[in-house]
Amino acid sequence: MSVKPPNSKSDLRLIGTNQRKIEGLAKSTGRAVYTDDLTFPGMLHGKILRSPHPHARVRAIDVSRAAALDGVHGIVTGQDMPTTYGIIPWTPDEYPLCVDRVRYIGDGVAAVAAVDEDTALRALKLIEVDYEELPAFLDPFDAASADGSTPYIHEPHKAGWNGNVTKMVHLEFGDVDGLLDGSDVVVEGEYFFEGTTHAPIEPHCAIGHWDGSSKLTVWSSTQVPHYLHRELSRVLKIEQAQVRVLQPLVGGAFGGKSEPFDLEFCVAKLAMMTGRPVKILYTREEVFYAHRGRHPFHMKYRTGATSDGKLTSVDAKILLDGGAYASFGLVTTYYSGQLLCAPYTMPAYRFDSKRVYTNKPACGPKRGHGSVQPRFAFEVQIDKLSEKVGLDPFEFRRRNFIGEHTRTVNELRITSNGFMECLEAVERASGWQEKFRKMPFGRGVGVAGSTYICGTNYPIYPNDMPQSGVQMQIDRSGRVAVFSGASEIGQGCDSVVAYIAAEELGVPLDWVRVMRGDTDFTPVDLGAYSSRVTFMLGNAAIDAAVKLRKMVQEAVGKSWEVRPNEVLLAGGWAMWAPDTSKQMPIREAFNLAEAEFGTLGSTGSYNTPKDVHGEYRGGTIGASPAYSFTAHVAEVEVDVEAGIVDVKKIWVAHDCGRALNPILVEGQMEGSAYMGFGEALMEQHVFKDADHGRAGLLDAPSLLDYRIPTSLDTPELESLIVESIDPEGPYGAKEAGEGPLHPSIPAIANAIYDAIGIRMDRLPFSPPNVWRGIKAARSRGSLVKPSRPGAP
Amino acid sequence: MPATTDIVRLIVNGDRHEVGVPTHFTLLETLRYVIGLTGSKQGCDKGDCGACTVIVDGEPTLSCLMPVWEAEGRQVTTVEGLATAAGPHALQDCFDLNGAAQCGFCTPGILCSAAVLLTRNPSPSREEIQEALSGNLCRCTGYSKIYDAVEAAGRRLLDAAEAP
Repeated sequence: MSVKPPNSKSDLRLIGTNQRKIEGLAKSTGRAVYTDDLTFPGMLHGKILRSPHPHARVRAIDVSRAAALDGVHGIVTGQDMPTTYGIIPWTPDEYPLCVDRVRYIGDGVAAVAAVDEDTALRALKLIEVDYEELPAFLDPFDAASADGSTPYIHEPHKAGWNGNVTKMVHLEFGDVDGLLDGSDVVVEGEYFFEGTTHAPIEPHCAIGHWDGSSKLTVWSSTQVPHYLHRELSRVLKIEQAQVRVLQPLVGGAFGGKSEPFDLEFCVAKLAMMTGRPVKILYTREEVFYAHRGRHPFHMKYRTGATSDGKLTSVDAKILLDGGAYASFGLVTTYYSGQLLCAPYTMPAYRFDSKRVYTNKPACGPKRGHGSVQPRFAFEVQIDKLSEKVGLDPFEFRRRNFIGEHTRTVNELRITSNGFMECLEAVERASGWQEKFRKMPFGRGVGVAGSTYICGTNYPIYPNDMPQSGVQMQIDRSGRVAVFSGASEIGQGCDSVVAYIAAEELGVPLDWVRVMRGDTDFTPVDLGAYSSRVTFMLGNAAIDAAVKLRKMVQEAVGKSWEVRPNEVLLAGGWAMWAPDTSKQMPIREAFNLAEAEFGTLGSTGSYNTPKDVHGEYRGGTIGASPAYSFTAHVAEVEVDVEAGIVDVKKIWVAHDCGRALNPILVEGQMEGSAYMGFGEALMEQHVFKDADHGRAGLLDAPSLLDYRIPTSLDTPELESLIVESIDPEGPYGAKEAGEGPLHPSIPAIANAIYDAIGIRMDRLPFSPPNVWRGIKAARSRGSLVKPSRPGAP
Repeated sequence: MPATTDIVRLIVNGDRHEVGVPTHFTLLETLRYVIGLTGSKQGCDKGDCGACTVIVDGEPTLSCLMPVWEAEGRQVTTVEGLATAAGPHALQDCFDLNGAAQCGFCTPGILCSAAVLLTRNPSPSREEIQEALSGNLCRCTGYSKIYDAVEAAGRRLLDAAEAP
């Protein structure tokens, strides 16, 4: 009899069961350490002076009065770090501090390190900046149509081009116009997705330390220590080997900490100048200015179908309002179109996306990067099409299911696909058949589906090295040490590698130590973004652990004179599988292995398959080793007098491949649905115009005015895990962190339609916007419950 | 002008502290940066997020809005003071067990609000929990797992009280 490797559920012991997180008790007892919890002897405090103008030339900066202030130890301006950086290597358009131009209210121009924050703040007031104000572009349509008569926000890529354009993407697959012309029904819609921000509860914080001769250390609340490491080296002009980035626990991020920020360069430079540790902690207001939140999208869709409800052709035109810098914008522009091609088959698809700069804080990646906005529009389009062809919206979605182990129209490879099971789960749990079009006026249900990537198939900077690496060592005490470069931002990736080590090596979970968040001592993982970590880090951890397991099995097998693959490691013991009464403590098994092989350590890595993308320019963007699938049903009650939408409940079914720890998967599903709910109903990133104050000023840079859902606002959320067991995921796992956000917003929009017959094509569904829709419907006489599908 | 400093006397988690602080310091700044109890978090510094919530004389209190002088002579309990030598508070263990802390940054404040709730009402309804936590923003969980944890902790405290 042979022991199978643990790849079917019955063989797994710890994987697939509810487990504590390895840092869970530290977090609930106040012992967990975040960046601002650190302090060092002699540490100085930094503050950044920010532009009061949305667009201006910087003619001169005079820091002499500030420098003379008692307690001020160092001041930096843009001239001290005149190298551009950017998370995308092709669009480096930011300086750590502005050199000659400010591009939004809040852009950094100088930084001070002083003995305490109060002194640093006083010093900022003594810095004199001579600005020459320039006309600002606040509206993306104005930015897109600029003719150069006033200065563009950036230099044009080529002479004669519009310098306000970051990126244009035009891709077409199949005979879009012919199939639209031949469609039985065509729905045209125009949608606006308001920008939103991440609002992690921890503000960004960084500490710089210079050893006086050659080594720079930066602690930061970043999601991407590896990219920060590279950019610090490039901008500060020191070797990468001289830079160490440490990442304490991160208090939430959601994409808002996934590129370098001014404070990280400033603490590093100020530490090098002063020879003392320097800390900068953003105020909450600065977190809003740092932004990189969800882009406002203006979207137009034309979608065709046959009379029996098969999608024929999709034509999209999208304008992205990018704010002052490129950030991830090149990718966002591609994602705005590339990620729409599942879970439904579309025979033809075209998208035309343009991202423009405006003089506002830069937009970037927020949970569900680039695809939450088009998904909102498209799932509402599908609801409209379903009605036109007289089908229940579930049935319409089923008829267009793309299937598993297939390719999308834009040639991306799909492997496992549990979307049909997701639909079934939310249809049943929500009682859909008894509710849809059957509840009284004012109450309604809506459904929406989505897909999302499990990591980007190609890294941000082109290279052939692994996307994720793990080192593991075991020693004669029985302890397992895991060295992981992955970014723990609350999602549980440190725990995932510990579960994998315990599963494969047969030790109790609390014998596993995870050494993390330190570029000096952990292998590279590219960061916590694009839902890549479980899939890539998990596979790397399995790779490392299996190598060690085989050594232990071989040593024990030799001692017992049995075949190595008959040796089972589980629960703190090594056992002989045919007769498990033959056993020894795992520690003794490790000792046998150490005697046999010497000091025990292994490395593991994961790199993506290279044949999963489309063979065209841009065909690699949106490619992923696997895709997750989600379906939501939302139930709402609408107060038509006040325009208030009350979301009663959201049912969330998500195909995560395999739930390595179901309680963590549910947490991601609920947190995603919550965040989507907040964007649907409450969150708005609003800027003043010249008629209402200072044009370009962020209207509400606080957690009181920028309304995120409290416990009283958040609806009941029910998680329904679907497991499709992906052939390439770790134990079959895919992702859960971002996919389950997408359908919240269109499901709520579709539920509002079911409730009162008005289409909410513009976010947010706040009382003023809903009330306007109600008022317009009243005047048309169309404020009524829609008729049932197929009804005359 | 450097800030004026003075000596403040605090009782935090049962310990007496006499520390010199700038006179404009809040209780939160004193706890975190002077005494070194960094469990209480600063999320907004203006009373919007609740991450800094501590317990002052039995009431959940936003320590970022309380001038340190107002806490003088009063009983201050922070997240670090909820556990005892016997182990973590039932809430702390149940938060871990139920996955109620993701990033963990709002957790210390939520635990203080929840601890006061359970002291007054060990078997609160979901609505009562929602009301008690309405001043504590969590951006990770959607709150569901937090409610599960508070309910589980309440049951555990009741069971312990009824045990012979």
